[in-house]
Amino acid sequence: MASRTSALSRALDNRNLLGLLFMLPAAALLLLFLTYPLGLGTYLGFTDTKIGRSGVWIGLENFEFLWGDAVTRLALFNTLFYTTIASVIKFGLGLYLALLLNKRLPFKAFFRAVVLLPFIVPTALSALAFWWIYDSQFSVISWVLMKMGLIDRYIDFLGDPWNARFSTIAANIWRGVPFVAITLLAGLQTISPSYYEAASLDGASPWQQFRHVTLPLLTPIIAVVMTFSVLFTFTDFQLIYVLTRGGPLNATHLMATLSFQRAIPGGNLGEGAAIATAMVPFLLAAILISYYGLQRRAWQQGSADK
Amino acid sequence: MTTADATAQPIDSQGMNYLVSLPRRIVTIYLPLGAFLFVLLFPFYWMAMTAFKPDAELISREGNPFWVNNPTLAHVKKLLFDTPYPEWLWNTVLISVVSTFLSLFCSVLAAYSIERLRYRGSRYVGASIFLAYLVPPSILFIPLATMVYQLNLFDTRLALILTYPTFLIPFSTWLLMGYFKSIPFELEECALIDGASRLQILIKIVLPLAVPGLISAGIFAFTLSWNEFIYALTFVSSSEVKTVPVGVVTELVEGDVYHWGSLMAGALFGSLPVAALYSFFVEYYVSGLTGAVKE
Repeated sequence: MASRTSALSRALDNRNLLGLLFMLPAAALLLLFLTYPLGLGTYLGFTDTKIGRSGVWIGLENFEFLWGDAVTRLALFNTLFYTTIASVIKFGLGLYLALLLNKRLPFKAFFRAVVLLPFIVPTALSALAFWWIYDSQFSVISWVLMKMGLIDRYIDFLGDPWNARFSTIAANIWRGVPFVAITLLAGLQTISPSYYEAASLDGASPWQQFRHVTLPLLTPIIAVVMTFSVLFTFTDFQLIYVLTRGGPLNATHLMATLSFQRAIPGGNLGEGAAIATAMVPFLLAAILISYYGLQRRAWQQGSADK
Repeated sequence: MTTADATAQPIDSQGMNYLVSLPRRIVTIYLPLGAFLFVLLFPFYWMAMTAFKPDAELISREGNPFWVNNPTLAHVKKLLFDTPYPEWLWNTVLISVVSTFLSLFCSVLAAYSIERLRYRGSRYVGASIFLAYLVPPSILFIPLATMVYQLNLFDTRLALILTYPTFLIPFSTWLLMGYFKSIPFELEECALIDGASRLQILIKIVLPLAVPGLISAGIFAFTLSWNEFIYALTFVSSSEVKTVPVGVVTELVEGDVYHWGSLMAGALFGSLPVAALYSFFVEYYVSGLTGAVKE
């Protein structure tokens, strides 16, 4: 009896064995519901699986079909357009807001808390508010512009292809700016004030201080934040699903919404999985660019950052 | 006059800010900040206004749309008594709470063993946890849907409870690893010498010290599961098991006549719980957000 407990306790002192034991719950859930489906998704992309019928291997047929499919090409264009425009503007406005919030302000904590609200509430629900704001007959934006005499009839925000593209991008920016701003603000707060004092003693203008002190010190966190931002925007689903479901004339379909539409209501699981798989190279590219960008910086600064 | 100000605000990064005159500050700081706040908060204001406006005011183009003349509770009443909204709320709470605790349990053990037991290969496991954090749900929902079918979990709350941890565990583990790293090794060594087991150390020493991290991870995980959309849209189809975001979007939007009042009331009451929780724990939430991104 005594020897058995001591054998058990000795086994529990072994860090490799204990480590394995502690990893078990997380590893089981992640391997089963994340790693396996990741592989399964890629496999499904090479099959003609439909809902309720398991498919057979058809090689590259899905991808060949999608390459020739005008809607898929349009969705790819939309996704790149949406991601590029929204990310650039989110970065610009987010950095601007972070710099504003980093100034000496009364009620700073309150401002900082309130700014993050768009990011924390359910996107599907705030998208509904945008849907109402963009309504073709009762839009409050149109109402104001009418009263100001700038337009003579209500704007069809979501009914016209280009209007719809820009309206969804605006909603995405609204949701994303707080995330960029608050994380960059955290980065700004780690910069020691003595750099600015030194710079202003040397006669640096505010712009020079920003360009030569703030920006270089902020670059690593900018790279991480923008990687996240690009990943979230590229794979966005909720906003488009609620606002336009991909319409009008597929003008706002993103890869994610198209993949959903083909797979679930359309029933073509294989085709939907192929579209989702086609997103992976883009995501990997975004991650690798930021990873190597970061590594080079760490090396330049001579730090042994992992 | 200004030295007191400057020392009172040692973290003010623009050290010479106090030299800028007030009119200039208004134009360069308060005006743009006010514009940001207006745009960021307007949709919420609009949600609230719409939720309490009578239908006649909603569709009228006369009068001032920014205020409610005759506030009504009709939309709220319709939402609570004529729709399954209370059921969706209950589902969302249940699914979010259970998946949050499940994820926290797994993450605490995983983060402790990666950061503190340092078993062979723990570095690589830590890195792959971070990569798992970057896998977006939009590329997982199709294969997960087929799995959910095969496991006979389709249209159950359990399907969501089991799949939400796929994005909660990587995030919480990564966050907790940062917190565990900051706890001095000496504390653990003392306890080991006194004969404590690893489990005792984890429960009695490490966890109490990591409470802020647990709160951050918990709040964040709860919010993420509350807001989840694509899994809940795909894995569940009956009204009784839907969550608030999916229920409101798929069932309150009916036909060509939109009931904007109750739709906005639904959006408002679905947003309020996370907004309230968030406002109590802002600091934890922000430190979770920035901590997870920074490292």
